[in-house]
Amino acid sequence: MTSLPQSLPGAKKLGLVIDLDTCVGCHACAVNCKEWNTGGHYAPLPDHAPYGAEPDGVWFNRIHSYEAEDSNCGGRTVNFPRSCLHCEQPQCVTVCPTGASYKRAEDGIVLVNTDICIGCKLCSWACPYGAREFDEDAGVMKKCTLCIDRIYNTSLPEAEREPACVATCPSRARHFGDLGDPESKVSKLVASRGGVDLMPELGYKPVNKYLPPRRAQIPTKPTEAPMRNGKGVGSALLNLVDRVLSR
Amino acid sequence: MPEDRIAYSEPVGDRVAYTTCYMCACRCGIKVHLKNGALRYIEGNRDHPVNRGVLCGKGSAGIMTALSPARLRKPLKRIGPRGAGEFIEIEWDEAMAIATERLAKIRATAPNRLAFFTGRDQSQSLTGYFAQMFGTMNFAAHGGFCSVNMAAAGIYSLGGAFWEFGEPDWEHAKLFLLFGVAEDHDSNPIKLGLSKLKERGAKFVSINPVRTGYSAIADEFIGITPGTDGLFVLALIHCLLESGSIDTEFLIRYTNAHYLVIDAPGEPGNGLFIRNEFDKPLAYDRTTRAFVDAQATGTDPALLGSFSLPDGRQARPAFALLAERYSAPDYAPEAAAQRCGVDAATIRRIAAEIAEIAFNHALTLDQPWIDSAGRRHATMIGRPVAMHAMRGISAHSNGFHTCRAIHVLQMLIGAVDTPGSWRYKSPYPKPIPAGPAPGGVRRHADGSLANAPLGFPRGPDDLLVDDAGEALRLDRAFSWDAPLGIHGLMHMAIAEAHEAGPDKIDTLFMYMSNMAWNSAMNPGETTRMLTDRDAGGNYRIPFVIYADAFFSETVAYADLVLPDTTYLERYDCISLLDRPIGSAHGPADAIRVPVLKPDRDVRPFQDVLIDLAGRLGLPNFVDESGNKLYASYADYMVRHERKPGIGPLAGFRGEDGTAIGRGAPNPDQLRRYVENHGFWRHHLPPEQLYYKHANRAYLEGAKAMGLVESDDQIVLHLYSEIMQRFCLAGEGHGSRLPPERLRARIARVMDPLPIWYPPVEETLTDTKRFPLHAITQRPMAMYHSWGSQNAWLRQILSENRLYLHRDLAAAHDLADEDWVFVESRNGRVKCQVRLMDGVNPGTVWTWNAIGKRSGAWALAKDAPEARRGFLLNHIISEYLPADAGGARQSNSDPVTGQAAWFDLTVRLEKCEADTIAETQPRMAPLDPPFAVNNPAILRFGAKEGVR
Repeated sequence: MTSLPQSLPGAKKLGLVIDLDTCVGCHACAVNCKEWNTGGHYAPLPDHAPYGAEPDGVWFNRIHSYEAEDSNCGGRTVNFPRSCLHCEQPQCVTVCPTGASYKRAEDGIVLVNTDICIGCKLCSWACPYGAREFDEDAGVMKKCTLCIDRIYNTSLPEAEREPACVATCPSRARHFGDLGDPESKVSKLVASRGGVDLMPELGYKPVNKYLPPRRAQIPTKPTEAPMRNGKGVGSALLNLVDRVLSR
Repeated sequence: MPEDRIAYSEPVGDRVAYTTCYMCACRCGIKVHLKNGALRYIEGNRDHPVNRGVLCGKGSAGIMTALSPARLRKPLKRIGPRGAGEFIEIEWDEAMAIATERLAKIRATAPNRLAFFTGRDQSQSLTGYFAQMFGTMNFAAHGGFCSVNMAAAGIYSLGGAFWEFGEPDWEHAKLFLLFGVAEDHDSNPIKLGLSKLKERGAKFVSINPVRTGYSAIADEFIGITPGTDGLFVLALIHCLLESGSIDTEFLIRYTNAHYLVIDAPGEPGNGLFIRNEFDKPLAYDRTTRAFVDAQATGTDPALLGSFSLPDGRQARPAFALLAERYSAPDYAPEAAAQRCGVDAATIRRIAAEIAEIAFNHALTLDQPWIDSAGRRHATMIGRPVAMHAMRGISAHSNGFHTCRAIHVLQMLIGAVDTPGSWRYKSPYPKPIPAGPAPGGVRRHADGSLANAPLGFPRGPDDLLVDDAGEALRLDRAFSWDAPLGIHGLMHMAIAEAHEAGPDKIDTLFMYMSNMAWNSAMNPGETTRMLTDRDAGGNYRIPFVIYADAFFSETVAYADLVLPDTTYLERYDCISLLDRPIGSAHGPADAIRVPVLKPDRDVRPFQDVLIDLAGRLGLPNFVDESGNKLYASYADYMVRHERKPGIGPLAGFRGEDGTAIGRGAPNPDQLRRYVENHGFWRHHLPPEQLYYKHANRAYLEGAKAMGLVESDDQIVLHLYSEIMQRFCLAGEGHGSRLPPERLRARIARVMDPLPIWYPPVEETLTDTKRFPLHAITQRPMAMYHSWGSQNAWLRQILSENRLYLHRDLAAAHDLADEDWVFVESRNGRVKCQVRLMDGVNPGTVWTWNAIGKRSGAWALAKDAPEARRGFLLNHIISEYLPADAGGARQSNSDPVTGQAAWFDLTVRLEKCEADTIAETQPRMAPLDPPFAVNNPAILRFGAKEGVR
C-alpha cells in the first residue's frame, strides 16, 4: 500500500475548475488532451482497431452528456467532462501495492510511475470517478497528469504553461490554478460561483471543482393580448408613429 | 522507491508552422508543431482573429486526418463498370491529358456541357473564375444545399448575412436569440462568444427543436416545431407592433420603411416605389406636406397613411404595409402557438423581453461618428438584442422568408450593426444586392462569360431562362424555379444531368462533395443515375471527373479521379473575393501553407485546376502566346488581379507591402503572411466599428480598400422591391413572364415582405400518414469535418441512433435501443432509437453523416459506421411529388432553390423482436482502389525505442 504525503496547510493544490454553465460538450478538451498526451509524458495513448469494428483507445478526458429535468425551469442538458480530480485523499494511491501510484507533495498532482506499475488495476477499481485509463498495449495504468510536461515546461512561453484541455477549450469552460491558495483566481471563481466537489460524501476530497449551471432572466411585466377590434394597427403604434421624426 | 522520471521541459517539437485549419468551415488559425518532419501537435493560434488560441475537437484531430488510411495515392482511371470501383492507377500526365482533351472538346463546341460543382470548396473565387473563363454557366459549390437561404435573405435585406458576413456583438449584447443553430455555423467563434455572454450575465434564448449543443447551455430553450420559426418571428413582430416597441428613428434613417409604395393592385407598377425624375424613391414629408426624396435629410417622413400621387394613384409607406399585415390577428401569438408548439404566453414574454432590452436597456457608447449624410453623432446608440440563425432555418423550403422575417425583426428594433446587436463582418455590408447579375448568356469573343456564373438578380431581366421561361442552367438556378438561387442547386445537379442527358451535359466535374452518399438526397437513386446507361450501353451522364483527398463513397462513381492533398500539404487562400475571415473589427484574410510534403503522388486541387486552365488556354490563365500565366496556386494567389490592384489576398500589397486591399501585386506577399503567422487583418478605428451601412468614414475606407465600389449609404431593404419585381411577373406584368405552371407560385412566394407558409413537402404529403418531423444535425466533434472516419473522432461517435421524446416513444411502445423503421413517402430506413426529454415531441432526429457505406473511407467492412450507422438521406427525395400533369419540382425553397432537407415527415414502426441488428438500407460494400493495411494498434506519438 502506498502512503500519501503529509498535507500541510497552504500547500499547493493544482487542479481544474470546470464550468458546467458554459460547457457545450464539444470534445475539444478530450481530443486536444489526447493529441498532446499521446506524444507527452505517458506517450503513447494507443488506439486499438482504430479503423476497425470496435475502435477503442486510451483517453485521459472523456465527455458525457446528461439530461436533467426540472419542473421549475423545464430541464437542461448538461455536458460533463470527466478526468482525474487529483483528490486530496486519493484511494487510487493508497491501494497501490507497488508505490507506482503517488501523489506529489509539491503540487498535489496524482501520477503513476509506469516503471513500477504492475498493471494490477487496483487503482482503477478504487477510483469512483472512473478517471484511470489502462494501457493494455503497455500493460500499465495511465492517467491525466494535468499536463505536467506543459505546466512547468520552460521551453514554452509562460502563457502557454497550462494544461492542453484548458488552452484549447473554445467556450473557456476550463480553468487551471492553485486551489490551495484561497486568493488564486480559480479559488475566487469557485467561491463566487458556488463550485462543488463531485461526490463529496466519499471523502476523497477532489481538488478539481465543477461550477454549476446558471440561468439568466429578464424581468418583464406579464403581457396579455390587448383587446382590439378589426383591422389596422393598434393605438400604441399609432401614438408612436405620430411623433415628429427627423431623417 | 524509484524516482519517477519526468521530462518537464521537453520542447514540443523542432519546428513550428502557422497555417489555417480545414477540419471544418471555420477557418481557424493553427500552430502546427513538427518533430523530425512529422506532426507532433496542432494547437490554436493565439493571435488569430477567428479562434484566438482555442481549437475544437475537429481541429485537434487534424493529425489523424493527415494520416488517414483513406487518403488516395495516385490518379485513377476507371476500367470496370462505373460504380464497381475498378480502377487502374495512372500518371498525372495521363490524367491531365484525359481531362484536357475532354474539356477542350466541350469548350470548343458547347461549353455549358461542362457541369462543374465544387462542394465544400474554400477556393470559390478561383473555381468560379475557372468556370467563367471556361465559359460554362453550370457552376456552383455546396451553398445550395447548405445555407443559401441565409445568404440570400441577408444579402437582399441587410447587405450582409448571418455567419459569413455578420456576427453578434458578443461584447455588448444583453439578450441573444439563436434560431436553428446546432453546432454548425460556426464553431469556435460562437463558443467563445457564448462564454462571453454568460460571463456578463446576458440572457441566451435558443429556438430549436433539439436541446443539444449550444442549446444545452441556453438560459431558455424553446423547443419549436421544425419549419415554424418564421411564424414564431412574425408573432414576435406582431407583439412589438402592438406595444409600439419599434425604433422609428432607425427605420427612417437606415431602411426603406418610409419609401412610398404604389398602391394600385392589379396594375403593372403596383408594389414598386414611386420615384422622381431622377429615379430617386420618394417619401411623404409630414412637415412640408410634400413628396420628397426619401433619402433627403431634415424631413419628417410619414410611416403610416396613404397619399394621393399627382397622377391620381395612391401610395403608402412601406412600413404601413408591414404594420398592417403583421398587426392582423393571423399573426397574433394565439394564432401561431399551436402550429409552432410554443404557447402564446411564451411568445408574448419573449417579445416583451426583446422590447425591454432594446428600449429600456439601450446601450450608449461615447464614441462620436459621422453618418453618410455628414451629420456628426456624439454617441453610438445600441439595441443590445443580438440574433443569429443558421441551418435549422435554412434547410426548410420556407427558409428564405423565415430568415428575412428575422432580419425585419432586427430592423424594426434598430438592432443592425449597433452596439450590442448583430454586426457586419468586413468586407460587408455591401450594396443590395452585392454584385453583378449571374453570367451565362453574354459571352466574350474568347469564350468566357461576361459575368461570373453565380450572381445577384435584380429582377426578371437578370434570370437565365429561355424564351419559354424555362431554365438555362442545369440546376435551374436563376430561373423561375429558383429566382434567387445565388449559390446554385448542387443537390439537383446529378438528377438534372441524368434527366437532361448527354446533349445537355457531357462531363460532370466535382470536387470535395460526397454526392454519392451523405451530400445527396436519396443516395440510392443518385448512384443509380450515375450508373444508368442508355440502350446503346452509354452512360446517361457521359463522363465524371472527381477530385477528393480520400476514398469517399463518391470515388467509385468517377471515370477519372484526381487525388487531392490534405489541408496540411498545400497552399490556399481564404480570400476577400470569396468567404474571408473578416470580423466586425475589420477585414482579414488568411493563407494555408504546406506543412508536410505529400508522401503520395497527389496534387493540390487548386494547382491542378490552374494547370488545367493553362492546358485549355483559358483567358487570363495564359498570355497572348498561350503560355501559362501561373506556375501554381501560390503563384496565382500573389499575381492574379481580378481588377487592377485587387487580388486574392488583400494584405501586404503594393511593391513595399504596405498597401491594404488595393495595391500592386507584391512578390514578397506570401512571406509576409507567413511572418504574420498566416493571416492579415486590418483593425478598423473605433468610429468605424458600428453603423457601417451608414458610417461615412467606414464606407470611404471600404471603398479605398476595394471592398465596395461606392461609399453611398447602404439602405436596408425592410421592403424588398426586388422581390416585388418578380411577384409582378407572376401576376402577368412585364415582358419576361414565368411559365404558366409557376405563375401563381411566383406571385405568392416573391412577396416583398416576409411571409410564412408551411414547408412545401409537408403540404404535398399525407401528414396523417407521416405525422412526425425528422431532422438531422452533425455532432460538434464532426460538424463540417471532411472525413469523420478519423481514428480519434470516430471513437467519439461511430454509430447513430434516432432520438425521440419519451412521450412519443411511449406511444410507439419503444424503449432505448429498440429497432424501428423510419418511413417517409420515399422509403424507409431501419435504425435504433434512444429516448430523451429535450426534443420537440413531434420531432425525431439523428446525427448526420455518421453512417458510412461499408468499405468506404478504408474502414473495416464491419465498422459500426456501416452496421449501426444510418443516413436519413435515403428517405429524402430531391423531387417533390409530381403534380397532376406529371411535372416535378425540386425539393427546395421556391425563392432560392435551397435544399429542403428538414421538410421531411415520417412515421415510425417498431421492428419485430427478432429483427437483424443492422441498419438498413445497406448498399453493396466498396473496395478501396489500393491495398488497405490498417494497424491493429495505433501508437501515435510513441517515443523511439519505447513502447
